[in-house]
Amino acid sequence: MTQGNRRLDIEEVNGVTVARFTDKKILDESNIQIIGNQLFSLVDDDHRQKIVLDFTNVEYLSSAALGKLITMDKKVKASGGKLRLCSIRSDIKEVFKITRLDKLFQILDSRDKAVEGF
Amino acid sequence: MSTIEEVMREFEEIIPSNTAAGQSVQERIIQLLEELRFEDRDVFGIRLALEEALVNAIKHGNQMDPSKTVRIMCRAGFQKVRIEIEDQGEGFHPADVPDPTADENLERPCGRGIMLMRAFMTSITFNPSGNCVILEKVRSEPEAESETAQSA
Repeated sequence: MTQGNRRLDIEEVNGVTVARFTDKKILDESNIQIIGNQLFSLVDDDHRQKIVLDFTNVEYLSSAALGKLITMDKKVKASGGKLRLCSIRSDIKEVFKITRLDKLFQILDSRDKAVEGF
Repeated sequence: MSTIEEVMREFEEIIPSNTAAGQSVQERIIQLLEELRFEDRDVFGIRLALEEALVNAIKHGNQMDPSKTVRIMCRAGFQKVRIEIEDQGEGFHPADVPDPTADENLERPCGRGIMLMRAFMTSITFNPSGNCVILEKVRSEPEAESETAQSA
């Protein structure tokens, strides 16, 4: 493992990869870079196609983190896969709304709902 | 008559152009706001705006140049916090930043920082050259009290 500390807890549920962020704050450029690389590796190295990003632990995220999510979404779509987000607290949901990224991403309330019907 | 509203806390810090130093000053400001018992949703918005402003100053303004610094001036009271962040870069024109919510820009991975600052702060102002931003947030009413006020 060359990526250092894992910033994502990975679980397979009915053929869907659920990646839960372990950080409370997805802030700070260097931190976001590491998280971004671990996300991209799910597609580039592991070739996973059905991915749910679980935000249960996340209390803060910045626009740089949103940028990584957008790049991740593009990668997943380019590989013919699907990306969903779930369990986003209301403060952060507002960030998605303000930036209109709630139109770009498929956002579901819970992990169970996100895993269903992929 | 002296009131609690007049109590002001302020500090100035000059930090190097790296994001770890930015995080450290961010924590100092958040701690101050928590001591002043700002509402959680205010603290959320201020932290987010601070992160965006500091990253802009360090990364885009000073281009991470170790010979340049960022000056942060924070003045907080029970009613309001005012944070001034100045870098040593060339500045920019905020009006030139494309609208990140336009359909054609929605998939661009960057360009949302200023919009988030505007959304979460009461006001944001740039100096004419664009290398200094002033963030201001007026304390929100506590949720329970505003509900009572509405029903009264």
